[in-house]
Amino acid sequence: MNAQKKSNNERNTAMKSSHRRSARRLLVVTAAVTAASLVLAACGGSDQAGSSSQPQGSAAAVDEALAKGGTITYWSWTPSAEAQVKAFEKQYPNVKVNYVNAGTGNDHYTKLQNVIKAGSGAPDVAQIEYQALPQFALPGSLVDLREYGFDSLESAYTASTWGAVHAGDGLFGLPQDSGPMALFYNKEVFDKYGLTVPKTWDEFVAAGKKLHQADPKKYITNDTGDAGFATSMIWQAGGKPFTTDGKNVTINLADDGTKKWTGVWNQLVTGGLVASIPGWSDEWFKALGDGTIATLPIGAWMPGVLESSVKAGAGKWRVAPLPTYDGQPATAENGGSAQSVLKQSANPALAAAFVRWLNHGEGVKPFLSSGGFPSTVADLKDPAFVDKKSAYFGGQAANQVLTAAAGTVVKDWSYLPFQLYANSIFGDTVGKSYQAKTDLDPGLKAWQDALVTYGNQQGFQTNS
Amino acid sequence: MADSVALRSRRAWLHRDTKGWIFVGPFLAVFALTFLAPIGYAIYLSLFREQAFFGGTTFVGLANYADVLRDAKFWESFGRVALFLVVQVPVMLVLALLAALAIDSARLHASGFFRIVIFLPYAVPGVVAVLLWGYLYGTNFGLAADLNDLFNTTAIQPLSQHWMLPSIANIVTWEFVGYNMLIFYSALRTVPEELYEAAAIDGAGTWRTVLAVKLPALRGAIVIATIFSIIGSFQLFNEPNILRTLAPNVITTYYTPNMYAYNLSFAGQQFNYSATVALVMGLFTAVIAYVVQLRGSREAL
Repeated sequence: MNAQKKSNNERNTAMKSSHRRSARRLLVVTAAVTAASLVLAACGGSDQAGSSSQPQGSAAAVDEALAKGGTITYWSWTPSAEAQVKAFEKQYPNVKVNYVNAGTGNDHYTKLQNVIKAGSGAPDVAQIEYQALPQFALPGSLVDLREYGFDSLESAYTASTWGAVHAGDGLFGLPQDSGPMALFYNKEVFDKYGLTVPKTWDEFVAAGKKLHQADPKKYITNDTGDAGFATSMIWQAGGKPFTTDGKNVTINLADDGTKKWTGVWNQLVTGGLVASIPGWSDEWFKALGDGTIATLPIGAWMPGVLESSVKAGAGKWRVAPLPTYDGQPATAENGGSAQSVLKQSANPALAAAFVRWLNHGEGVKPFLSSGGFPSTVADLKDPAFVDKKSAYFGGQAANQVLTAAAGTVVKDWSYLPFQLYANSIFGDTVGKSYQAKTDLDPGLKAWQDALVTYGNQQGFQTNS
Repeated sequence: MADSVALRSRRAWLHRDTKGWIFVGPFLAVFALTFLAPIGYAIYLSLFREQAFFGGTTFVGLANYADVLRDAKFWESFGRVALFLVVQVPVMLVLALLAALAIDSARLHASGFFRIVIFLPYAVPGVVAVLLWGYLYGTNFGLAADLNDLFNTTAIQPLSQHWMLPSIANIVTWEFVGYNMLIFYSALRTVPEELYEAAAIDGAGTWRTVLAVKLPALRGAIVIATIFSIIGSFQLFNEPNILRTLAPNVITTYYTPNMYAYNLSFAGQQFNYSATVALVMGLFTAVIAYVVQLRGSREAL
């Protein structure tokens, strides 16, 4: 709709000037034709767009759009997306959803940023991870779903995921999955080397030392420097390195929480106790299966990944609460995505309806059956979900641990409004500390400096 | 009278002229659209600075160029590909030359087989080749790990800080020796038989023939292959970009100038600065390639 409004304005301006100077008529006509074609382009591909009778920006508009039908495009890489789209189209036969897998993570965001910049070609609905949400929300690329009254859905979601779909006051998506962190550990390795499941990070370090001494080819975990992991660990330690208030961004990667984390993690990095196997590489999956990597502090979505990609680990893995600094339960979110409506959408009401169906309706079921970990309170409390015994986890009701974790996420965390860029240069800065097996603090300082420079270049008032 | 003659000839000239344009037109249109327009757009972009959040676009003149020339990251990446160029290109071209001479010597059994085998890596898609080598380089489960186990050492670390550039050079050499060999080999096939006969009558042995007949005949091909390789080195992207997933801390986002430009625009949304980096790098490449061509052809005379 926005593109249309804008081109209407252009046309009005052009017409005013034609009254002033008839000599410029040709130019004006050209401008009007261009503007008209822009309107056409904005409406292209969708019959419903441009009909002025449609009430805008209300909860009723969503239902009306759904009844009316139309075509929308959805970009996502979630495993359940295809099944969800099929189920949706079955339920609403007059709505056609073009499902596109535009790549995973950064590939997806690169394409999304390009079509947003190009001004056309963006999907109506896109999957956006919580950490990336502010980056798309703040420059105004996403629709504020409060327009459709979605702010009333708050009680359906966990506090941490509900917070994650907000930027400023705006609501820029509905949460799909969540990833409260837990400690996944290989029981076979633990039993063989006489390790006990660590409750504190100090115990975790001690276990790491014991394991690596017993077998230099085994590591308590792997870490080659991963921005998503590092920020989650800082989150759990109570750090708040990023604060955004409108144009003002403050970055402090040496706050108490961050130091608490590096105080523990430096021991592992400098002691060579973490395997230098990058996450998601072929080597990683192999190492998870053969006991090279004994534990993973990671998000609650991991069981699905283990079951599908680490077949050799079946029966060996278990889940425990994430170790903490003082033994009191506390965790952080690690990963997780929302679905958002893009401003470019020609039919935002229908797009919003699809998002609501996905994450606050029948769409949650196909998501759960594909092994997803929900953000919806009702599903997190559902005994069928919570008490489900998992053969992969040796009969453990893994979800009991994971759903309990969802309730102990440390509050008031926020990501940077340019977190994707920040993550992309993590290896350039903090990665150097990992590479040299030295304390991470100087690397974090270098990261902070680079981020302050970038923030200021992009129009923020960035301070450290 | 004189006027009309002049008019007629002018008309004829015009006629001839338009005819020419009609023939050249389609090419020019495509050329302008696909070559000149993108370069023009890049130059246009490089004169502005856009803020991804708040602020908008401002005209900054040549400020981006000044920034690039002062940018330590740019020079680090440039230095890296320059080093790569100075070491890898001669090694690769010498290997290609030796292979071409060996196959051309007619002393090799099954030379057709060797020609195919040496050329084969070039036919493997670059991405696949890098993934394959990345697997061999793996120090936890790959060939490198097996070798380390075999010799009971940890010395073989192809993906570590100091080994990375040679490791990449190895992949690039493997990929492109065959391609360059083919250029040299086809140049050797065009040497007239009479020259060899004359050399033989003059009593030249094999090595003498190589030095006095074959190498001079190859000069043009060597210059061409060198220029291609210089451009290829400066545009190094695929290999480090794919290996980055295996060694994210060794290969920075500005490991090569092309990677720098890519990450500036796609991770940082700094399209203007990225265009400037690309243009500066293009200019450097053009100048160096031109100097090589000038030197190469002058010596040929």
